Amino acid sequence: MNGPLLLTLIWLIPFGIALASLMVRHDDHQRIKMLSLLGTMINLVLVITLTLQFLDVAAVNNTVTDTSLSTFHFVYKVAWFKIMNIEYNIGVDAISVLMMLLTAIVIFCGVLASWNVKEQVKEFFILLNVLVAGVYGVFISIDLFTFFLFYEIAVLPMYLLIGLWGTGKKEYAAMKLTLMLVAGSAFILAGILALYFESGLNTFDLQLLSQVHFSDSFQYWVFPIIFLGFGVLGAIFPFHTWSPDGHASAPTAVSMLHAGVLMKLGGYGCLRVAMYLLPEGAHMWMTFFLILVTINVLYGAFGAIRQTDLKYITAYSSVSHCGLVLFGFTAMTFTGLKGGVLQMISHGLMTALFFCLIGMIYGRTHTRTVSEMGGLMKVMPFLSVAFVVVGFAGLGLPGLSGFVAEANVFVGSFANPATINRVCTVLAVLSIVVTAVYVLRTVNALVNGPISLRFKELTDASLLEKVPVTILLFCLFGMGILPGWIIDLVNGAVHPIYNNLMR
Amino acid sequence: MADFIFAHSYLILALPILSFIIIGLGLNQADKSVVIKLAITLSALSMGYALLTATAYLITVMGQPQLYPAQTLICFDFAWLNFSEKLTANMGIYLDPISVMMIVVITVISFLVNVYSVGYMKDDPSFNRFFALLALFSFSMLGLVISSNILQMFVFWELVGVSSYALIGFWYEKPSAVAASKKAFVVTRFADAFFLIGILIVSFYGRSFDFQVLNSPEPATLLSNSFLPGIFSVNILTLSTLLIFAGGWGKSAMFPLHIWLPDAMEGPTPVSSIIHSATMVVAGVYLTARMFPLFAASNTTLVVIQFIGAFTAIFAAVIAITQVDIKRILAFSTLSQLGYMIFSLGVAKVVTEGGHHHGADINPLGYSAAMYHVFTHAFFKCMLFLGAGAIIHAVHSNDIMKMGGLKKLMPKTYWSLLAACLAIAGVFPFSGFWSKDAILLAALQSGHNITFLVGLVTGGLTAFYMFRFFFLTFHGVARSEFHDVHEDPWMTTPIVLLTIPTISAGLLEHFFVSRVTTQVLTESGHFAHPGWLPFVATGVAFGGIGLAWILYGRGKTDRAVALQSMAGPLYPLVYNKFYIDEVYLFITHKIIFLCIASPIKWFDRSIVDGTMNLCGWLLQLGGKGVRLLQNGQLHFYLSMTIIGFITLLFVGQ
Amino acid sequence: MTLSHCITLSLILCAIGVYGILTRRNLIGILLSVEVILNGANINFAAFAHFKATDPTAGAIFPIFVMAVSACEMAVALAIIISMYRRKKRLDVSRLEELNG
Repeated sequence: MNGPLLLTLIWLIPFGIALASLMVRHDDHQRIKMLSLLGTMINLVLVITLTLQFLDVAAVNNTVTDTSLSTFHFVYKVAWFKIMNIEYNIGVDAISVLMMLLTAIVIFCGVLASWNVKEQVKEFFILLNVLVAGVYGVFISIDLFTFFLFYEIAVLPMYLLIGLWGTGKKEYAAMKLTLMLVAGSAFILAGILALYFESGLNTFDLQLLSQVHFSDSFQYWVFPIIFLGFGVLGAIFPFHTWSPDGHASAPTAVSMLHAGVLMKLGGYGCLRVAMYLLPEGAHMWMTFFLILVTINVLYGAFGAIRQTDLKYITAYSSVSHCGLVLFGFTAMTFTGLKGGVLQMISHGLMTALFFCLIGMIYGRTHTRTVSEMGGLMKVMPFLSVAFVVVGFAGLGLPGLSGFVAEANVFVGSFANPATINRVCTVLAVLSIVVTAVYVLRTVNALVNGPISLRFKELTDASLLEKVPVTILLFCLFGMGILPGWIIDLVNGAVHPIYNNLMR
Repeated sequence: MADFIFAHSYLILALPILSFIIIGLGLNQADKSVVIKLAITLSALSMGYALLTATAYLITVMGQPQLYPAQTLICFDFAWLNFSEKLTANMGIYLDPISVMMIVVITVISFLVNVYSVGYMKDDPSFNRFFALLALFSFSMLGLVISSNILQMFVFWELVGVSSYALIGFWYEKPSAVAASKKAFVVTRFADAFFLIGILIVSFYGRSFDFQVLNSPEPATLLSNSFLPGIFSVNILTLSTLLIFAGGWGKSAMFPLHIWLPDAMEGPTPVSSIIHSATMVVAGVYLTARMFPLFAASNTTLVVIQFIGAFTAIFAAVIAITQVDIKRILAFSTLSQLGYMIFSLGVAKVVTEGGHHHGADINPLGYSAAMYHVFTHAFFKCMLFLGAGAIIHAVHSNDIMKMGGLKKLMPKTYWSLLAACLAIAGVFPFSGFWSKDAILLAALQSGHNITFLVGLVTGGLTAFYMFRFFFLTFHGVARSEFHDVHEDPWMTTPIVLLTIPTISAGLLEHFFVSRVTTQVLTESGHFAHPGWLPFVATGVAFGGIGLAWILYGRGKTDRAVALQSMAGPLYPLVYNKFYIDEVYLFITHKIIFLCIASPIKWFDRSIVDGTMNLCGWLLQLGGKGVRLLQNGQLHFYLSMTIIGFITLLFVGQ
Repeated sequence: MTLSHCITLSLILCAIGVYGILTRRNLIGILLSVEVILNGANINFAAFAHFKATDPTAGAIFPIFVMAVSACEMAVALAIIISMYRRKKRLDVSRLEELNG
């Protein structure tokens, strides 16, 4: 299939599904769910097709062109607002393709995991589909304006999804999450407009803007604005506090999608917009952000030790692991950038599975307090084994995706010879010990030990529930055991960004 | 022919992992007999292929030194993880004397333990899971020893850690087992973090992960710069090798990271036998040996290694004297023997005139002796554990004070364990005598007199506590009632088979000393061979045995109890393992949890979150103020409009 | 009669209307005052059309529009007022403050 058409279809299909769901009768839950499942399945197929096509194209291109050129493929542009020269300008590079693949997998599993939603099913799935359309849109946009537009489309449905279908302090969490993210968006918009006017090219095209050498003083002011704006979504310290509350209150599929994919938009934006367009600014600010991000890594890990709620533990571990994404970026080395990208993918898969399992376990035990559980291995071996595996992925066990990413991040950040980088690397490496502590505490308290009487009658996962878990486990192992092709792809995509950084 | 064998040497690893996958995924609920057949067949095949590879290696590689001067062979190597254009981690199979030796040891012991476990675990409901995990462990351990580069070794290093975790916590409903598994994993993980940092440093400065590159002279010069200015200045070579050794420090449970090993005895006994005595815990020794040329290039590293090893050897031996749990005695004895191996590697550095370590002379005997002890120890210690498991299985207790008089009831176990105890005590001509003698000789030759004395004394202590255990278990009369004590043939056969290497491994002494060497960076001279050493060592061993007979002979304990009361507070101090566990508990719970994690939690909820909430609250406050203007009074609005209009008229001028 | 006479008249009407709105508490009274203001505006339209415009019809049309719109407005407003009266039994604006913030 024609590449640009494929890209457009990929984000149009979720919109289409959302519209089609409007037509379905309000109480026909089965049909709505089937519709969403169908849509996500088609999308999964399309994204896999896209990946295969991309692999072909990238293989050809790597041999003929030199790597300093941008690696956007399937580019297609058509004018949209002529006055401001806003274009519908799409195209993908390896990073976006991999992120789209991640999105497709996570949302497919997310729809399956939210099969037991019972209230206002129609609205739930409509919002979910709109959100996904926004996420896809961000990954395919080259035009910064459409990028931002899709970004907002992705962020805003979260408010309703958490506020209406959440648990616990859901209104507070939804409000906090939305407000903080929107505040971040405000920064981003300001930054994007600054780029637009400063460049004087009258364009929002990322590739054109990347060729512009902005003045140092401009970069000095605009870089932190954009980086922090995206950083809020990437849970950068101290703007991470929406994450624990938000993730803890959100329904399963939303947590999966949010932690799995949406948080990655933050890292993606930091890399694609802030660091790609403002390389000198990046150099000026890196030490500062490196320190912030190191705090993230350690702080999230230590924060997770003392939590008692499963979702809070996972949310803090997300803070720590998303910190590693930015940690890789702030290393400013090729391997570090690559490690950050890999960590985005790895963490997306891992945390999606984490929240998926927590949702399933919570659906059975009706408690998320770790100390109240125990011995679940006895009654639900499948879920328990999956939980243990994903825990190990979290603590970076080789053979699972986490190690591949973390190894790249650490090697990359150590390759930067500055002393502060070295010190921060050592601290970040030591965080894996803390990670081991909280992961094992959780795993031991959850699946090991004697089982309490009230859980004796619980059942293991049904076939429908096993599907998403198996898919995600498969991906975790796949990336961990044979990381070669992903790394080759990412190598190609990171080169232009790295070259721009080092220009 | 040999090439064909080497080309398929991946089968040694593939068979166990196949076994893990089939049993773990496919045969989870299957009948026991199927699992037994599959597990034993696959581990036998793996062992067979390992022996075949070893033979081929002996003939082609070691037999043709002109073709293979370094005695190494990389069977295959493929790029696994690409970091940058210059740095790629491979997965490969690296054969040299020590890796071939380890392959043989691991597959043989793994096979025997598989057989043994059929008897030991036969009533366990999770029978299948046990065999799956055992296969996973064999795979990981084999992967560790055949690693061609340090990152691959780290990968498998972590995997053995996980299989060890899963097997220690095998009885997951038992809280003590769960706690022990967590402790083992976290402590080794703590060490592994430093290992990883070491890898980062070495790979950055050495520009490679491959052992072949790292062990060549160039990285040593690349690394020999100093790092950090001024008084913080450290030699990178020393720093990185010590950090890498830290990984072995944890895995081989050297003091003060030894605390996990005794607790790990909560796992099933076959697991303790294969993982926590014969194979996994020697990974630290193996790592040091693998990187030995690089380690030896540093002036300080080997000295640190030597002191740590020697201290752990005597420290653990002292604790072992007081323990009453049969498996803990063996665990501390393992620690002590690991100390031997480690200090043996450390004493390879020769003390030159004036006691300085500057002349980097290397005595290759230290290296060979350590590897030889790994080899002999694996067999006799494995057997000791299997024997202990048989005893526990028969009498359903771990407490040697409750045993006694088992000689008549378990004759095969008795005679086999006697051989093992003599071997570990270092009595001629059992295997332990030869390897321990080589270690002591290396220490003496290199001029490390204190370490030599420590080794000698530890030898006496070893003989004493092993025979204390032996006499209390088998001699005298039963100190509690046993029911239905019998010997299961599944379990006895491996024990009896293990007596063969236990008795006869001494025959390989010449082979190990002369052929199992490594390419060190500096050549060494000739060393004297004092003829009195074997007699002294044997004398000390007999002294220990004699003392044990005096105190515990015929299963009596009254003299020992009298001695205990004489020792005053010393005895409880040693019995409680110098309270090191309590220190750790204090550090983790009181300092890390209460002084770091809890404040961070509070800080997050109160300060960071509080600031965010404060922003929200301020905005709300502003909103409340502005709200007052909207009072619903039509007249007020209109007056405001007019006032505004008039103001604009004047201001807008 | 000059343009300034007309403007003065419309200004007076407008001022009367504003005064009425500000002082009246009865809704009907306020409504009447609004009408007075509108009529002031109408006079302006008509006067400017008559004195200044080249095509006076355009200016003449506007008052008609305004009248039509104000008639509609009146109808709606009276309807609201009646229903308000039915509900509250009074038409005092200072008491009708449900729309405060």
